[in-house]
Amino acid sequence: MAMTIEPREPPTQFAFRLKRALGGRAGWNGFAFQIVLVAVLVWLGYEIVANARANLETQRITSGFGFLKNTAGFDVNQSLISYSGSDSYTRVFFVGLLNTLLVSVIGIFFATVIGFLVALGRLSPNWLLSRVAGAYVELVRNLPVLFQMLFWYLAVLAALPNPRQSISIFGSFFLSNRGLVVPRPIGEPGFEPFALAVVVAIAVALGLRYYARRQLFENGQVIRVWPYVVGALIGLPLLSVLVFGLPVIFEVPALKGFNFSGGTRVIPEFVALTLALSTYTAAFIAEIVRAGIQSVHKGQMEAGASLGISRGTTLRLIVVPQAMRVILPPLTNQYLNLTKNSSLAVAIGYPDLVSVFAGTTLSQTGQAIEIIGMTMGVYLTFSLITSALMSIYGWRISRSMGA
Amino acid sequence: MVSCGVSQGLPGFSSPDDKGNWTGLDVDVCRAIAAAIFNDPTKVKFVPLSAKDRFTALQSGEIDVLSRNTTWTLSRDTSLGANFTGVTYYDGQGFIVKKALKVNSALELNSASVCVQTGTTTEQNLADYFKGNNMKYEVIAFATADETVKAYESGRCDVFTTDVSGLYAERLKFSNPADHVVLPEVISKEPLGPMVRHGDDQWFDIVKWTLFAMVSAEEMGVTQKNADEMAKSDKPELKRAFGTDGNLGEQLGLTKDWFGRIIKAVGNYGETFDRNVGAGSKLQIGRGLNNLWNKGGLQYAPPIR
Repeated sequence: MAMTIEPREPPTQFAFRLKRALGGRAGWNGFAFQIVLVAVLVWLGYEIVANARANLETQRITSGFGFLKNTAGFDVNQSLISYSGSDSYTRVFFVGLLNTLLVSVIGIFFATVIGFLVALGRLSPNWLLSRVAGAYVELVRNLPVLFQMLFWYLAVLAALPNPRQSISIFGSFFLSNRGLVVPRPIGEPGFEPFALAVVVAIAVALGLRYYARRQLFENGQVIRVWPYVVGALIGLPLLSVLVFGLPVIFEVPALKGFNFSGGTRVIPEFVALTLALSTYTAAFIAEIVRAGIQSVHKGQMEAGASLGISRGTTLRLIVVPQAMRVILPPLTNQYLNLTKNSSLAVAIGYPDLVSVFAGTTLSQTGQAIEIIGMTMGVYLTFSLITSALMSIYGWRISRSMGA
Repeated sequence: MVSCGVSQGLPGFSSPDDKGNWTGLDVDVCRAIAAAIFNDPTKVKFVPLSAKDRFTALQSGEIDVLSRNTTWTLSRDTSLGANFTGVTYYDGQGFIVKKALKVNSALELNSASVCVQTGTTTEQNLADYFKGNNMKYEVIAFATADETVKAYESGRCDVFTTDVSGLYAERLKFSNPADHVVLPEVISKEPLGPMVRHGDDQWFDIVKWTLFAMVSAEEMGVTQKNADEMAKSDKPELKRAFGTDGNLGEQLGLTKDWFGRIIKAVGNYGETFDRNVGAGSKLQIGRGLNNLWNKGGLQYAPPIR
């Protein structure tokens, strides 16, 4: 019997892969199941929308986004863009959105700074410092953030005098229960050369840093560039002032009637909200950072020491980059939480998106579905952008670690 | 059970006492509806609502009737999918300030900081008034009345503004009511009344005529005390109202004795007014616009016939 060696049939790679991709382990049955699932979800979504539309129509509740063009007719006490009561609801939407964005960005900044400082304090060999930092974390993260907001708001307000007896600093800063009034800068002819000088100074500083790093990596030379950097950053703008005159003059606020007129004001609602959100979130961030630093094996620190690198440099160049990989994902969560918690602002009268748009606008127009939908869309977008930025940062860190 | 949307605590209109019993003018309207339907004024479930949540609660069916010092406006009547059934209280927006500021008129309030509750007609009236009089102001809007009052008391604002009845009611909660003065200007018309959802006209009729029954009773001199006696009267209008002649109550979908049930449960409009906001209450508000039409006020009910 002659053995014939027939070439083996090549496996049906493409069909197999397709089957696997569409149906998972269950094969074509799984694929059919997924189709059914998608169909059910689409049908459910359609029913929900159709049902809401039909109900709105039978009850004759106005629907659609036409209301956005109508005049709002109410005022808002903090706005980053110019706004008055005769503007439209669309403008109100953006006023609220920017106020939410402002408090989130500033809150995230301070939460991160305070969080890192407290974490370093907790890890410090100093007994008292580590206990104080520990007490801070345990106290602040275990109280509801809404109470902390009300506490800061009412405590801050109660402690401050009325505008007529306001605390004056150099006769141009005024602190009262209406907030902090500061002189407002007004642009002068010298402003443009000044701005240009600042930009050039920053470019010079970045260039010097790049040069220093290349020298370090290619020739192993450590060169001191910081005196030149500082010189450029201070010297160039100073030069422009001497040549072209002052870039701005300041409008000093003055008491007029019940309140100050002129100047720029930081309202107490904003201060209380930022303070409460950043101290609250900082307590969580502190724990995340501590966990991250402790997750780096102590041998790394010892290795640094054995190479004769100072403790600070070891932390900065060896420990923190490794810790960042652990810190980043939960840190992103905290940033998202802070943004979402800012919606509690209405309790202390800060005009955020929920207050002016999902509050006043909603009750004036009664169009709950559209307005709540738009508001949710904003928070979703903010959160997705924050996560995306953090993912990009995380990707850069892991890449720079070199496999 | 009637599910009735009320405020989160506005003395005189709807506020719970220390035992959780609700009292007030708006509350009595709901009790009257329950009395007309079930012959039992306690068959009401009160749902406290903030100003901004109230319409959504009505639209979604969480409550059957919204009796929560709500101003009747054209846009609310047309775009919310709900109807106003009448006016329980003719109000207007006013201002309260600390006496120490020595302000005698709202026209002296240029550059003031004003505390308001968000989700009310108040914010728009305020903007109109200050713009119309060419004055500047700063508005700070809070979610609930309590937070608004707290901020005003702590000195964050110079002025607190809401409906005048509300100013008198909230002043009772201040730590020192005598230090505050309500300014004479009334800057808007605020007819307050109950609302029901579109789509049930019979229910709309019942709520509407419950209030008319209370006003008619005052016109005819029927009170909580003399209701049983008056029911035996020979006067044709009383016989029609009490159902001893004809079947008007049944035409509403209720029983013949609906009128008597309402008055025996909460009294006529004048009694309810006095007990909750008028001479018999802490608020001591005069009848003013809320007097009967034949006594110089605006309260008027179509005839029960």
